Amino acid sequence: MGRAELPLHAPGTKLERGYIGRSVPRPNAKRLLQGRGAYVDDLRLPRLAHVVFYRSPHAHARIKKLQFEKSLKCEGVIGIFSGKDISQYCTPWVGVLAHLKGIKSPPQHAVAIDRACWQGEAVAAVVAETRAQAEDALGLIEVQWEELPVVMDMEASLSGKEVIHKELGDNICFARAHDTGGVDEAFARADVVVEETFEFGRHTGVCLETRSILADYNAAEHSLTVYHSTQAPHMMQDIFSRHLDIPEASVRVIARDVGGSFGIKVHVYPDEMATAALSVMLRRPVKFVADRLESFATDIHAREHKVKIRLAATRAGEILAFDLDDLTAIGPYSVYPRTSGIEGNQVVNLTGGPYKHQKYRAKLNVVFTNKNVTCQYRAVGHPIAVALTEGIVDKAAAKLGMDPAEFRRRNLIADEAYPYTFPSGVKFEKLSHHKCLNLLLEKMHYQELRQEQIQLREKNIFRGIGLAAMIEVTNPSPAFYGVGGARISAQDGATLRLEPTGMVTVMCSVTEQGQGTEGIFAQIAASAVGVSLDKVRVITGDTATTPYGGGTWASRGAGIGGEAVLQSGRALRSNMLDIAAAILQLDKNELDIADDSVVHRVTQEKKLPLEELGRVAYFRPDTLPMDFQAELTVTRHYTPRQYGFTFTNGIQASLVEVDVDTGFVKLLKHWCVEDSGTVINPMLVDEQLRGGVVQGIGAALYEECLYSPEGQLLNGNMADYLVPMAAEMPDIVCAHVETPTLQSQLGAKGVGEAGTAGAPGAVMNAINDALAPLNVRVTAMPFTPERILKALAKV
Amino acid sequence: MKAAAFAYLKPASLPEAFAALVNPHAKVLAGGQSLIPALNMRLSSPELLVDITGLPDLAGISLQAHSIKIGALTTHAQIEACELVRKHVPLLAQAVRHVAHAAIRNRGTIGGSLALADPAAEYPACAVALDSVLVIRNKATERRVKAERFFKGLFETDLKQGELLVAVEFPLAKAGDKSVFLELTRRHGDYAIVGLAAHNERMVFLGLDSKPVLLQKKTLRQTKDQLPRNPPADLYHSSATKRHLAGVLLERAWNTP
Repeated sequence: MGRAELPLHAPGTKLERGYIGRSVPRPNAKRLLQGRGAYVDDLRLPRLAHVVFYRSPHAHARIKKLQFEKSLKCEGVIGIFSGKDISQYCTPWVGVLAHLKGIKSPPQHAVAIDRACWQGEAVAAVVAETRAQAEDALGLIEVQWEELPVVMDMEASLSGKEVIHKELGDNICFARAHDTGGVDEAFARADVVVEETFEFGRHTGVCLETRSILADYNAAEHSLTVYHSTQAPHMMQDIFSRHLDIPEASVRVIARDVGGSFGIKVHVYPDEMATAALSVMLRRPVKFVADRLESFATDIHAREHKVKIRLAATRAGEILAFDLDDLTAIGPYSVYPRTSGIEGNQVVNLTGGPYKHQKYRAKLNVVFTNKNVTCQYRAVGHPIAVALTEGIVDKAAAKLGMDPAEFRRRNLIADEAYPYTFPSGVKFEKLSHHKCLNLLLEKMHYQELRQEQIQLREKNIFRGIGLAAMIEVTNPSPAFYGVGGARISAQDGATLRLEPTGMVTVMCSVTEQGQGTEGIFAQIAASAVGVSLDKVRVITGDTATTPYGGGTWASRGAGIGGEAVLQSGRALRSNMLDIAAAILQLDKNELDIADDSVVHRVTQEKKLPLEELGRVAYFRPDTLPMDFQAELTVTRHYTPRQYGFTFTNGIQASLVEVDVDTGFVKLLKHWCVEDSGTVINPMLVDEQLRGGVVQGIGAALYEECLYSPEGQLLNGNMADYLVPMAAEMPDIVCAHVETPTLQSQLGAKGVGEAGTAGAPGAVMNAINDALAPLNVRVTAMPFTPERILKALAKV
Repeated sequence: MKAAAFAYLKPASLPEAFAALVNPHAKVLAGGQSLIPALNMRLSSPELLVDITGLPDLAGISLQAHSIKIGALTTHAQIEACELVRKHVPLLAQAVRHVAHAAIRNRGTIGGSLALADPAAEYPACAVALDSVLVIRNKATERRVKAERFFKGLFETDLKQGELLVAVEFPLAKAGDKSVFLELTRRHGDYAIVGLAAHNERMVFLGLDSKPVLLQKKTLRQTKDQLPRNPPADLYHSSATKRHLAGVLLERAWNTP
């Protein structure tokens, strides 16, 4: 093994990191800024048809009659289809996984048959020559409905008074209980017990590019090409293959540019499956692009939890135990194929995660309701677990009269304690809570801020400081989905090819969603091979050309895909040196590659430009020894297996000012210290953190999908659903501790979800800290002015 | 979200526009910042759109003997940038910064905003507070209406079939006048939860009723007592919260030097 093949985190490898750790610009940024992105809706295919969906206006209703006569006469209409029509081409699915014991959900069709279970569920599909013509026809469809009782409230659902799916017996999709034992005893001997009920609003990820799919069935080959705004092309290839009965290898999924996803685009959507089925049925390309109103009504929602949590501590400030009861509602179906049980499961796995208590008990109920479905959205379960934990920790600190930072310091797991098994059963390889806490307090000038806070309170200015320590699931192993029977790859692969001119082409199964994945793959490839960054081209998002892999989700792109690129790059470098040794008739060990050239390992003297190496290998192999074969295309795969998840840790802080007359919260500043292992591109990592923090702030202050008691979505548009906007966002200071994972050579952990995980808890604690002198607290997100005014008894 | 089919006309003169507006299913298109989304969401499907942006004489800001006259097609951005407005109509200059976002201010017009009469919009309240005059024409005549009488109800104005709002005249501010514009939005650029356009004795609230609410200035408490008992709730704010917030704004305006 040459020096360059040592793990990046091994001692003495600092100088061989190349582009790793450098803030280089993303190669695709300029193309996107010049308007040359290639999104699904940019495609123009001959004979392209457009589909729109008639969506249920009721939250729960039986379809008594569907009449298409008038709409079929509209200009441009190609066909109008019911759920039954489409079911001839697309089989239904059930969103359950074996490792979530007892999870249940009814079969779900691409277009509902007989009954709609939420407002917005598609019950008919209109295909026309243009989208406008399809919408014209949509307005003339006649439906007779028989309204059914709706179940909107989580507690009502749990009671089972009205059961949404009679055949399932009750409304409980999934339940779990976890108990280390000894919890009641810990509470009995505690000096201090605190309790709180927290509520989390249902919200959604709002992608700049809405969900989009163009399916092109080729009857001659019985093959299907799907241009899809998705995070997981291979998962979708498998699903299209199974449900449309087309051989897997005859399905090609292409995800070119994707305009944001945040977890929204990693699920199976009925209208997208229907679009693919319609392409098969009509033997022509069919496109569906969700409009903004459809996005709000049908893109997965997330969160909506009500959790009671208790904490037991000693007078000396030692946390003894956590005890929680989580109730969460997921809409009428568990979403396929990842299920809607994962978020609640994560709350059970992660609550209390940063701390060293040994007793833990958790209860979870996941119930059905007649709202849109919920599923995994950026930071799945973490924002809930972090806010619960940190909210109750602050309450305990207040009761003990202890500074919140000091209370955390006494309870965070020691940096030397790893590997460590948390009472929920999850295992941590190596975390750095204390280093992160110290760095955070230093960055934010914690003591000065506390003094300023006291001074301002005398002037009736209510400022608050909130801390939120966190752990985060990244780089998941097959334990996340594969073990439960989901055909979702935990493994990713990268193929690297040296081109004759000395350039390197990278093909990787992890996809680009706009977050810069291709940029970091170029950095890793260039560093591993020894070429300059401008010599690298990256191809992602095509099942026909990239290795098989999972795609983008669960903060896994850099840690898993990046490792595959690194290993592939190192293998290519070794193969290139074999050729160089043959050409130069030198020992391979004397050679290395640097700056686009083969060099002498010790003197760094240039021996052979890579374009010369490529020329000989491809065009004049006759000049090489008879038994020598050049291998300039290599593929390597990587699956993390030593730990179920490669946990990261970090801590955030929020500084706010609450206007106690209006209930408005002004965000003054935010800090995020994160340990995501090896940082590949500091600029991209910081922007991931900032973007994540902003989405977390959205959950804390702005975003909520509001439903009427009858099940009507009340704010499904960009004017009424409040996404956080730039003017209200504070400066977000990022800092890093780097503890590389030793499971890989690259040492990178994930970072895409960390900001979202911690921000809601930090903001909540800051608001409650600001309100503390008035002896009131808020515990239901989002913290609207009205909720704060109500807490203050002003309205 | 594709608009239903409609006919489109861009008249080059006022007579041509008035001829087209005889059609009861015609709608006037100016900046399009409210109308186009409504068309795309199929909340409105007119037969004909009469695009008035090509009409001469409907844009521009001019200093008159006793007023600043602003043509109906003047955009928010033009008002925002105008020195005359800043000097002579300071209330409007304060308010325009709260109108939506830069991209919308570049296209949206004062005439469109006044004629639409959204109860949460800034200009109607300013127009009433400043006791301004709206200039309205039909094919034959011109009439002038005080702002207080122009706004009738929710999206309802004194404009009649076949009429166009062509300009609005704001009286010139005098030395010693006090103008305060305040509004509460959760995000900059949103429609206000509640807002207050105050000019001397005239305190006009937006977002508290179906049209601007003019209070008579007395003592602070007496003025506050005039606030509507049950302002309409919105998605995020109950009636009680809106009334409370209106009271907060009133006090803040009162205490503004």
